Amino acid sequence: MTVAKTVLTVDDSRTMRDMLRLALSEAGYRVVQAVDGVHGLEVLQGEAPDVIVTDINMPRMDGFGFIEGVRRSGLHRATPILVLTTESDAEKKSRARQAGATGWIVKPFNAAKLVDALRRVAA
Amino acid sequence: MDPMAAIRDTFFQECEEQLGALETGLLTMEGGDCDPETVNGVFRAVHSVKGGAGAFGLDALVRFAHVFETALDDVRAGRLAPDGRVLGVMLRAADALADLVRVSRDGGATDAERDRLLVEDLKALSGSPQPQAPQPDAVASGSADGGDMDGFAFQPLRFELDAPPAPAEQNWTVRFRPEAGLYAKANEAAVLLRELGRLGSALVTLDASALPSFPDLHPEGAYLSWTIDLATAQPESAIREVFEFVEGDCELDIAPAAGQPPGDTGGIGDIDLAALIQQSQATMAAAPVAPGVGAPRAAEPAPDTGIPNPGRASRPADAATAPASKATIRVDLDRVDGLIDLVGELVINQAMLAQRVSEAGLPRSSNVALGLGDLEQLTREIQDSVMAIRAQPVKSVFQRMPRLVREVSAMTGKPVRLLTEGEGTEVDKTVIEHLADPLTHMIRNAIDHGLERPEDRAAAGKPADGTVRLAARHRSGRIVIEVSDDGGGINRARVRASAVAKGLIAPDAVLSDEETDNLIFLPGFSTAETVSDISGRGVGMDVVKRSIQALGGRIAIASRPGQGSTFTMSLPLTLAVLDGMVVSAGGQTLVTPLTAIIETLQPRTGDVHSLGSGATVIAIRGTFIPLVDVGVALGYRAEPLDPARGITLLIENEGCARAALLVDAIQGQRQVVIKSLEANYRRVPGVAAATILGDGRVALILDVDAIVAASRSAAGQAPEFTPAAGFAHV
Repeated sequence: MTVAKTVLTVDDSRTMRDMLRLALSEAGYRVVQAVDGVHGLEVLQGEAPDVIVTDINMPRMDGFGFIEGVRRSGLHRATPILVLTTESDAEKKSRARQAGATGWIVKPFNAAKLVDALRRVAA
Repeated sequence: MDPMAAIRDTFFQECEEQLGALETGLLTMEGGDCDPETVNGVFRAVHSVKGGAGAFGLDALVRFAHVFETALDDVRAGRLAPDGRVLGVMLRAADALADLVRVSRDGGATDAERDRLLVEDLKALSGSPQPQAPQPDAVASGSADGGDMDGFAFQPLRFELDAPPAPAEQNWTVRFRPEAGLYAKANEAAVLLRELGRLGSALVTLDASALPSFPDLHPEGAYLSWTIDLATAQPESAIREVFEFVEGDCELDIAPAAGQPPGDTGGIGDIDLAALIQQSQATMAAAPVAPGVGAPRAAEPAPDTGIPNPGRASRPADAATAPASKATIRVDLDRVDGLIDLVGELVINQAMLAQRVSEAGLPRSSNVALGLGDLEQLTREIQDSVMAIRAQPVKSVFQRMPRLVREVSAMTGKPVRLLTEGEGTEVDKTVIEHLADPLTHMIRNAIDHGLERPEDRAAAGKPADGTVRLAARHRSGRIVIEVSDDGGGINRARVRASAVAKGLIAPDAVLSDEETDNLIFLPGFSTAETVSDISGRGVGMDVVKRSIQALGGRIAIASRPGQGSTFTMSLPLTLAVLDGMVVSAGGQTLVTPLTAIIETLQPRTGDVHSLGSGATVIAIRGTFIPLVDVGVALGYRAEPLDPARGITLLIENEGCARAALLVDAIQGQRQVVIKSLEANYRRVPGVAAATILGDGRVALILDVDAIVAASRSAAGQAPEFTPAAGFAHV
């Protein structure tokens, strides 16, 4: 048995955080959570997640800012980041990719879709 | 609980918060403050509701939120100026959204016609006839954007191919050459190859021919490419999906293996498939790839409104603008209530222990007595802290009122401004829950009956907009809530005429202004000449008064002709403890709520007069006040106590009606833990609740108003102007 992979989720919605936690922990991931971009960057100072899942629309620092922040950091610039988008919003996806997002998960997601996306970016 | 059900609960809780934030934000914008963070917050609120609703398959909610969000996005991007008209539509949309959330949670139906019209209004605002326009427009505008939209051009292809089933295994050749951008976004070729392998059996061949010699090797360069021979039963879409995230960051070529034409999909499928693949390859080849990271985005569609474009500023860069949220935990209410019950037991137990110690004759200076004093202090503090857990700001009720005001204002055609103060004032959650209905009713009344029509206001030289003020504050251990209006004040002549016509008072009754005003609290009283749609639903101020009293509160009116009326409610901060005067009557120990008592006094025989009908009055400083023998009223004894041997408690209703309660003796003042008699036994007239005293005995807590009212009816008097008459109808 390998050590559980850690996923950092960044979302301002409690509902989404709870759903992500439920789906990810049932799939065997260790889950760390942050409530916005600023908090996410703070959490990253003490955590080295295998994958980051982040929302776009958040107070204080949105998803784009957060992704840019992660990519600029020395430590986590190679950590895969998946963004949560509400629908196949082309404009947002491309902006997220420009910021350095690895992939995306279209909301509403189910556990299978989520884990599938994680597998596609995490070694 | 089922975890999804728990998350669903969380979602609806969060919705309430978001809806509150939405309304607050929109009102802030209406007030002229269109700070980007405010606009963003409003957008996020709707966006959040939509996201969660999608997760729970609440389609109607998602659809409405989507249209709303589209309009808000236009405001956010500066394409739509948030003027009064726009915000009007949005405030109504916020109300409709709140209804949809409620219906999604509790069932039922919303006003579909209203929702439909609002959707049209919102669409008209955003000026896009097709808010659901991700495909052609987005791709067209995207390609002007640097060409990184190629990933989306494949959407139709994927859709087509999903349809026919692909039963048999088929061989594919996939050529995959990552570019540096792929790695820069933390994608990993090895992971993709592994995922590809999951689709079937794969033979992976590495091509390392592009790898330069070591000195020329860039550490973040991309030099390797792979060819994969894949045998899979999955359709091409599944293969493409593996590479979904890296499209645009690699060269990718997926084709049926040479000499193995795709098999079982039928003739027409063959042709389409081949054509589509060719088309896809052509698209990919034509599309320039790998835009530089951080390259500025092309301009957004030109704003046609002429207002300054807040565009980029909408990205909150400084964290200082939003206060860091305090860490909180959410706890099941039952646990808190369980804790409160336990603390109640602790308080009782501590009181019993104190009594035992004093019975044992230990001196006050003894170590046991001193230790007990400390324990008492601690118990008090624990109790206060536990009560504070249940305390919530009244904001949750206050923030429902702007909507109500808008609705009533629209129905009555009276423009109204609502001012709220003291939203942060905290009070027990149960009190808050029971405040909504009385407040709703009082605000309706204030607008419908209190405020004059605009033309009358103009004639009186008042501003056309009426003002309704809703304020909360703490005062001497209670919360005081005021609802006031700047209308015409209570029309006393009309109130009196109406009360006479309904037989509530004698035609020749002499009433002070306050007494006249208090007539509106009598059951069944209504002054509206025509029963309006808003206030006249058979619910009168008597019901408001009763619900306030049921919370241990009082209500009073102050009204000045031409200047308006103020309703003042005073409520206990908690329903769990009560400061009481412990008295004995007819051999029983009883508790009288301290808030009702004005003073206690020793009556002299000459002060008490019998009125013959069984009623007794006492002369106190020149006025005659009804005297009620508590022992008789509760049936503890048949013969009245000699007033000279007892003691009287002078009590007052909020309506200024006074009465005196005659009891045998006063034992002392004490804080008691309230235990519901109704829940543990049954409702008893004249008794509000019960408590357990230090000696372990149960003591009843008096419902003072009810006792006074009952003794009046028993004495055969016509219903009086006292607002306490409600009891007789229970």
